[in-house]
Amino acid sequence: MALPEAIQLEIVAPDRLVFSGEVQEVTIPGAEGYLGILPGHAPLLSELKTGIISYPDGEDRVELFCSSGFAEVLPGRVIVLAEEVESPEMIDGSQAQADKEKAEQMLRSRDPGTDYQAALTLLEQASARLQLVD
Amino acid sequence: MPGNLIHFRRRVRSVKNIQQITRAMKLVAASKLKRAQDRIIAARPYANRMLSVLNSMARRIDPAQHPLLAQRDRERVMLVVVTGDRGLCGSFNSNIIRSAMNFIEDEAANRTLSLTLVGRRGVEWFKTRPWQVRHEFVNIMTRVDHRYAREIGKGIIDYFSASELDAVYLVYNEFKSVVRQDVILEPLLPIRRLEFEQESDTDPGVDYIYEQPPREMLDFLLPRHVETQIFRAMLESEAAEHGARMTAMDAATRNAKEMIDQLTLTMNRIRQASITTEIIEIVSGADALEG
Repeated sequence: MALPEAIQLEIVAPDRLVFSGEVQEVTIPGAEGYLGILPGHAPLLSELKTGIISYPDGEDRVELFCSSGFAEVLPGRVIVLAEEVESPEMIDGSQAQADKEKAEQMLRSRDPGTDYQAALTLLEQASARLQLVD
Repeated sequence: MPGNLIHFRRRVRSVKNIQQITRAMKLVAASKLKRAQDRIIAARPYANRMLSVLNSMARRIDPAQHPLLAQRDRERVMLVVVTGDRGLCGSFNSNIIRSAMNFIEDEAANRTLSLTLVGRRGVEWFKTRPWQVRHEFVNIMTRVDHRYAREIGKGIIDYFSASELDAVYLVYNEFKSVVRQDVILEPLLPIRRLEFEQESDTDPGVDYIYEQPPREMLDFLLPRHVETQIFRAMLESEAAEHGARMTAMDAATRNAKEMIDQLTLTMNRIRQASITTEIIEIVSGADALEG
């Protein structure tokens, strides 16, 4: 069975098509950890968690922030459907920093009314954004 | 005669007022159309990719794995009708209702049919008719929001999962271009199981590797798919409605202009005729005096 030489990668957010093109490799934040995908990967379906999608673009790598969604991997095609996708230029670093501090404060507080799940999500998103901005 | 003249003047004035309104409506629709058009064009890729992932998935996995994939005999069918909240948009709403009625007549003979109505026009039409309406949503088409799509989707999913429905169809206006809307009637649930057209080398029809238990994955994926398709249908319908209204109001404005021209012409003729008659009277009166 001939294996495909490249991956047709498509990254889509609910409000736009973020990227569509051929790449040699792509890394996506699967729910159980980062997945590096090369052409010819076996069919796979995964939920995505907040993190960073990256793929090579010439010498550089393109890195994008994404929050929850899912990805379908086929031997010659990867479709990423994410709720939010942001490129580093779109991220407001100071806002992310503020979010992170707020989330940490929520987690430290002993108030029983604290929504820990929301705080964790916020922290995760803020940290992933900060990672891209730095 | 003068009474007649006044009558024409009044009519011209009232047609002018109508024309002003239709022109304003056309301009408003045009500006709203722009925004709605941008939204639907931006939202299409996500909905299309979602559908293609779902189709690809549906032929790999066993339908027994999730209630939303269950293929049952189509006994109880639901139709989701997306109309506008307002009229004055040409045949936009009547096309949808006609196509819904055709579907209902075909289906209802030997099946139980229920409806979910989105948009006031549809609600008003079906109010007096005997079909069971499960949900109604009015006044949401003016500001289409993902929240509503989620709510509508949830209602449908609940019924379907509880096996109270066997199939769900969606009918809406698709935005083709500013002057063209197509009525689309498409199945929403169960998710269709496409067979492989050909066994290709790169796409063997084998089951996925799952990062999570399949059930969990599907719980996440399938409701989202339903929501996305409903959301897309609503955005399509919104853009199509503004397009239809713009065309209808443009035609109305042109008709009004034509009518004003006609009336003005007739009015001037009447006035001229009365002036002529008066002059003749005066002249012949003067002649009589001189003679």
